[in-house]
Amino acid sequence: MRVLVWITESSWQPCVDQAGRLIPADAEVTLLHVAASEVEHLAEHPGPERFGRRRRPPAHEPQVRAIAESEAQALLAAARERFGRDAHTEARRGRVEREVLEAAEGSDLLVLARDGRPRREPKSIGHYARFVVDHAGCPVLLVWAEPPPGLEDMHWPPHLRR
Amino acid sequence: MNEAISLVALAASLTAAVARWRRAPDWVVAAGAALIVVLVGALSFHGARTALGRLGPTVGFLAALLVLADGCRRAGLFDALGALMASGSHGRPPRLLAMVFLVAAGTTAVLSLDATIVLLTPIVFATAARLTTSPRPHVYACSHLANSASLLLPVSNLTNLLAFAACGVSFTRFAALMALPWLVVIAVEWVVLSRVFADDLRTAGTPPAAAAAAAAAPRVPLPRFATAVVGLTLVGFGVSSIAGIAPVWFAVAGAVALILRHPPQSLRQLFSAAEPTFLVFVLALGVVVAAAGENGLSSVVDALLPHGQSLPALLAVAVVSAVLANLLNNLPATLIIVVVVAASAPGGVLAMLIGVNVGPNLTYVGSLATLLWRRIVHAHDEDVNTAEFLKLGALTVPLSLVAATVGLWLALQVF
Repeated sequence: MRVLVWITESSWQPCVDQAGRLIPADAEVTLLHVAASEVEHLAEHPGPERFGRRRRPPAHEPQVRAIAESEAQALLAAARERFGRDAHTEARRGRVEREVLEAAEGSDLLVLARDGRPRREPKSIGHYARFVVDHAGCPVLLVWAEPPPGLEDMHWPPHLRR
Repeated sequence: MNEAISLVALAASLTAAVARWRRAPDWVVAAGAALIVVLVGALSFHGARTALGRLGPTVGFLAALLVLADGCRRAGLFDALGALMASGSHGRPPRLLAMVFLVAAGTTAVLSLDATIVLLTPIVFATAARLTTSPRPHVYACSHLANSASLLLPVSNLTNLLAFAACGVSFTRFAALMALPWLVVIAVEWVVLSRVFADDLRTAGTPPAAAAAAAAAPRVPLPRFATAVVGLTLVGFGVSSIAGIAPVWFAVAGAVALILRHPPQSLRQLFSAAEPTFLVFVLALGVVVAAAGENGLSSVVDALLPHGQSLPALLAVAVVSAVLANLLNNLPATLIIVVVVAASAPGGVLAMLIGVNVGPNLTYVGSLATLLWRRIVHAHDEDVNTAEFLKLGALTVPLSLVAATVGLWLALQVF
C-alpha cells in the first residue's frame, strides 16, 4: 500500500502524528511538501511598480529559491523524524494544488490535514485542500489539524435543528 | 499631425517599457521618441528644455535615494530588519505579519517603494521560510504595501517626487496632509490581508518549531551608523524648508555618508544602484508626455477631471488617476495628470497621488496593457497568480481609495 502524506508549514505536526497512528505499519509512505512557486516568483521578480526599471535586481539579495529549497528539506527531515518510521520524502515546487494531485497519482491513499478554520463547517477546508479533496483520484484521509469542537458546539443549518 | 506623432511617440515608449525588447530597451526607445518629437516640432526646443529642467532635479533626487537605499543594504540594515521581524514575531505567523506591516510600511515611506520591493521582500520571504511558516501572506503584504504605503512622504514613491513641486507645500506639510490617508490605507490592507490569508496564518496548536526558530534566530543589531544616517536624512527633509535647503541635498549627504562608511565593491556597483537607464527613461518619457500634453492630451485630461478641493472633486481625481494608472501604468499617468491638477494644489495633486499610488494594486501587473501583453506572451505563465492578485486588489483598492481620500479631505480642513 502506497501512502502519500501531504504536509504544510502550518499543520505538519498533527498531520504526521495522525498519519502515523492511522496508516498500516507496512505501508510505503512518502512525505510530500510543495513550495508555492508563485510566491517565490513574487518575492524575486519586481512587479509593475518597477515599470521601466531593470527586470531583475542585482543578485545580492538572499537567493529566494535556494532558501525555499533548503527550508523544505529541513521541514521534510523534521517530519520524517517525528513520523518515526521509514518514509520517503518528496519536495515539489509549483502551483500547490496541481503538484499535490500529480504526486498523488498512483497512490493508494492520500493523507492531508484540514487547512481552514478549526470549526465543524465547510470552511474548515481551505481552498488548497478543498481543490485536492475534490479532485483526488485515490481515497483521501482528511485529518483535523486541531481537535475539533464537540458536536454540541456545531452550527446546524435550520432544517437539521432539533 | 503633431498630435498623432506625439501620441505614437508616447505609445511606443510605453510599449517598449512593457514589452522589454532586448534589442530596443525602453530607455533607448523613449529617448529616440523624445528626440523625434522635438525634431519634428511637436514640442518646441524651449518646451523640451522646460520639461527637462523640471524633471532634472527630481531624477537627481531619485538617484540619490536609490544610492542611499543601496548603502543601507551594504550596511546590513535589511538583514537586521529581517532578524528584528523574526524575533518580534515569537514564531507566530499573525505577529510576523504585523512586524512585516510595520517594517514594510516604514521602509516604503522612508526609503521608497523600490527599497521595499527589491531589498526588503526577499528578506521577508527568507524570514518567513526560516520560521517554517507560509511566506505567502508576508510576501503579498510587501508587494501591496510597496504601493499603498508609499503615500506618506515625497520620497516614498517616484510619483510623489514628480508631483512634489506641483503641490507647492513643504516636506513637512506634505507629510502632515498624507499621514491620515497613509494610516487609513495601511489599516484597510491589514484588515483585508489578515482575513484573506487567515488559513495561511493559522498554526495548529503551539508551534514549537517556529517559536524555537524565532528564539534561536541570530540577533543582528541594527547597524547604528546607517540607522543614524537615515534618521538624520529624515530630520533634514523635515527642516529643509525652514533651513532653505532643497531636500535633495540631504538625500545626497546621506548617500555620500553611507558610501564613505560602507564603500561599494566597485564604482560599477554604485553606478548600477542608481539605475541610470531608468533615469534616462524617466527624463525621455517626461519630454514625450510634455509633447502629447501640448498637443491635446492635457485638454482631454482637463475635461475629464473636476477642479477644486471639495470632497467630490478629490474623490473624482483619485478615481480617474487610479483608472489611468491601471490603463497606462502609474508613472506616465502621473506625468500626464500632474500638469492638470496643479491648478487645484495641494488637494488635487495629493488626491491624484492617492489614485496613482494605491491604484496599481488593482491589477497587480499595474496596467491593463501589461496584463494583455502577458496574456499574449506567456499564455501559461504559471508563476503569476493573477486571480489571487485581482481578488486582493478588488478587496483593497476601491475601499482604500475612498477612505484615503476622505482622510485627505479631513486633513486639508485641519492643516
